[in-house]
Amino acid sequence: MSKPQDVVKSEVVKDDFMVIVRKRIAAFGLPRIIILVAFILMFVLAGIVGMNLPSFFGDVLRRWGMWGILVLAMVPSIQSGNAPNFGVSVGIVAGLLGAVISIDLNYRGAFDFITNPALHRIAGALVAIAIGVIGGTVLGMLYGMLLNRVKGSEMAISVYVGFSAVAVFNILWVRIPISNPIAILPGTGSGLRQMINLQDDFGDAFDSLFRFQIGSMTIHTGLLLLFFLMCFFMYIFMKSKRGMRMSAAGDNPTYARASGINVDRMRILGTTISTALGAFGIVIYAQSFGFLQMYRGPLMMGFTAVASVLIGGATIRRAKVFDVLFGAFLFNGILTIALPLSTQLIPDIPGVPEMLRLIISNGIILYALTRAKGGR
Amino acid sequence: MENQKIISPNMLKSFFFENKVALMFLIISGVAFWASGMTTVMFFNELSVRIGRDTFLVLSLLIPVVAGLGLNFGIVIGAMSAQIALFFVVLFGGSGASGLFTVALVATPIAILLGYLVGRLFNSMKGSEMIGGMIVALFAAGFYQFFFLFFLGGIVPIESRMMTSSGIGVLNVIDIGASPSYMRQALDNVTMLHILTVAFWAMLVFVAIMLIVRLVKKQAITMKGPLSIRRPIFALIVLAIVYIASGFGGMAFVNGFTLWLYQDRLNALYALWWGGLLAALLMGYAIIKAKVVEKSPGVPIKPIAYLVIVIIAFLLSLWTPVYTGLENVGLPVLTYLIIIGLCVAIKWFLNTRLGQNMRSVGQSRPVATAAGINVDRTRIIAMIMSTVLAAYGQIIMLQNFGVMNTYSAHENVGLFAIAAFLVGGASVAKASIKNAILGVILFHSLFILAPFAGANLMDSTLIGEYFREFVAYAVIALALVMHAWQRKKKRKAKENE
Repeated sequence: MSKPQDVVKSEVVKDDFMVIVRKRIAAFGLPRIIILVAFILMFVLAGIVGMNLPSFFGDVLRRWGMWGILVLAMVPSIQSGNAPNFGVSVGIVAGLLGAVISIDLNYRGAFDFITNPALHRIAGALVAIAIGVIGGTVLGMLYGMLLNRVKGSEMAISVYVGFSAVAVFNILWVRIPISNPIAILPGTGSGLRQMINLQDDFGDAFDSLFRFQIGSMTIHTGLLLLFFLMCFFMYIFMKSKRGMRMSAAGDNPTYARASGINVDRMRILGTTISTALGAFGIVIYAQSFGFLQMYRGPLMMGFTAVASVLIGGATIRRAKVFDVLFGAFLFNGILTIALPLSTQLIPDIPGVPEMLRLIISNGIILYALTRAKGGR
Repeated sequence: MENQKIISPNMLKSFFFENKVALMFLIISGVAFWASGMTTVMFFNELSVRIGRDTFLVLSLLIPVVAGLGLNFGIVIGAMSAQIALFFVVLFGGSGASGLFTVALVATPIAILLGYLVGRLFNSMKGSEMIGGMIVALFAAGFYQFFFLFFLGGIVPIESRMMTSSGIGVLNVIDIGASPSYMRQALDNVTMLHILTVAFWAMLVFVAIMLIVRLVKKQAITMKGPLSIRRPIFALIVLAIVYIASGFGGMAFVNGFTLWLYQDRLNALYALWWGGLLAALLMGYAIIKAKVVEKSPGVPIKPIAYLVIVIIAFLLSLWTPVYTGLENVGLPVLTYLIIIGLCVAIKWFLNTRLGQNMRSVGQSRPVATAAGINVDRTRIIAMIMSTVLAAYGQIIMLQNFGVMNTYSAHENVGLFAIAAFLVGGASVAKASIKNAILGVILFHSLFILAPFAGANLMDSTLIGEYFREFVAYAVIALALVMHAWQRKKKRKAKENE
């Protein structure tokens, strides 16, 4: 009697195990697994063709820190129920404005009292961040109020609000009264360049902080520390009472309202933090990149940030700080390795990373959109 | 019902409210025209080119709106199918107008397949179709780049002047106007005589086949009732008379009429006058029919309104700057005929059973399901139609340019078409042919004028360029906001009930 039962039991256990594995895979998402496997394969392939892996890994870390804060900006937006913030470019243009003002202040000698070159750079970056974050906060509040009026269609609208913001600032860039010759188009006297070199300003400000080398791998300690610090702050904030309320407002507005949370205010808070982080993030991005990308530069950055957090495991409705760390690393890892690897393997083809970026980032967003239908 | 309305201040108010975006654009364009210092000849020339180039693409947006899919940002994918087809047709030596028709033929199955896939995708994200459309266009762009940068030449060896020097990947710019393609404005440049000849023979074959089918099926050949063949016969007779008058397409004899038909452009002034006269006659007929024959009460507002518009247009055309402007503009006949044909076809389609189904799906999916309509299938068909039409629209656009920017020609197709459509008064949930045509005229007026106005007013063409870009984005953002806002209000009103 007992024997067949045991067999049945063990089969049940086996089945359960398979079900659990399948469920885990489903929860993690097939696209994410594909991306992870692709990353590992590319890494191995890079090792086989004899690329300098440590140096490459240093690059990945650097890009991780570069993009990190922009990706982090997605968390408050998603958690407060505003969906991924495609319109983070609203914050980005505010950050660019801060950066341009900082450059001009530097040209006028505002930071001359600091003689230490490293501190001089950091002062420039901090001023850029301060102005950018203030601008981002103001714009973010307005943007948040707008998003409160269009609940349920935030994503499509945020894309075009972001585009519109970039276009408005394009007009500003043509006319902005800046005198630093590094920033303005040569020979015209007005109008900013497409790319502004930050070499003499705050370029490398945080990258060069505590920078050290292990063999051929460069570790940009300052940049990464700053990123981790911001992630830590975000984590603390999300665990705080206010952060919990914000998440509750995004998770179940009706229930949140019933328990006395002002949902609309929480949503504005989420969008404002996200936009301000966008302003912060672009300054960090630019100091590491070495250039300010003006005009249409920030147009599609929101898409990359959204895709990164989704790759990390976030959904349209929920995101954790871990998703930012994991997603930004994985996405930037793939893109960073794609360029040298493709030039090594197929030297005649330009634009492989761009191709990959388009397919991976938009593929993951589409996947997340098809998953989201249950929530609505 | 239409005829029973009476003009009231309320109606005027609602007219201005409904057309506020269009009116705003009219005013901005007016100011921009004044500031640009452009001559009417230049302006009308540029505008007539742009109407021919873009209207078809804008019209491809109509069906998804009707079917409740919103603004189809995925028409970019239709444009890509056209470009893929164009590449292969040029590769295999297609040329001229016939080459372009081959492109359309090749693009159709590609667009059907891609439209089907996008439709499937949209069905799995109902309610997020618009953001889905934006993203899927970019997603497809990645594969498109892979195809043209690597697959062609990298995997399939191709030898052609269109390939890069390394043999892998296609050049950034493909000149389709040069020998041996000769596709630059090949549609625009088809002469009226050609069109007439083809139309006459096509109609003759059509009527003959129809008669044979009727004879085989033993159906009555009648001039009355629902099975009447009055219209095709009438059309054939008219075409035959014109065809004979042209000297059998110039083959039997040549007269002044034939020589006139040898042109490929129609003078805009005469086109306006003749078109206006025709419209006036039709409207007069409608008014007489309503008042005298059917004796319906009230004022037939719609025909009268159109009549007034025609008269205003005629009077405006007598004003010297407009007169000289129009007099010096030639409209590409075939392109405009294709657009008019599409308008008629869409109008016809929306009254067929499938078209009506799309309307009900667009109004309410649950109601449509309850009525026994296969919602998912209807939505997929709408997406396929839109994608195929977008492909044709892109062919018209590219033949007008005469060059194809392999990697960027499709990029802004969705943006500009949608912005124009919205300026014409379309919304996410409601749109008509009128919106498309009005939108193209208004939006492109501003597009032409903005850089010149910017140069004159603020000493920078860049400002004008960025301004028009801002306008395109802002118009879309605004339309999406308005739609979401209204939907929220409606939902609240329903909850209060």
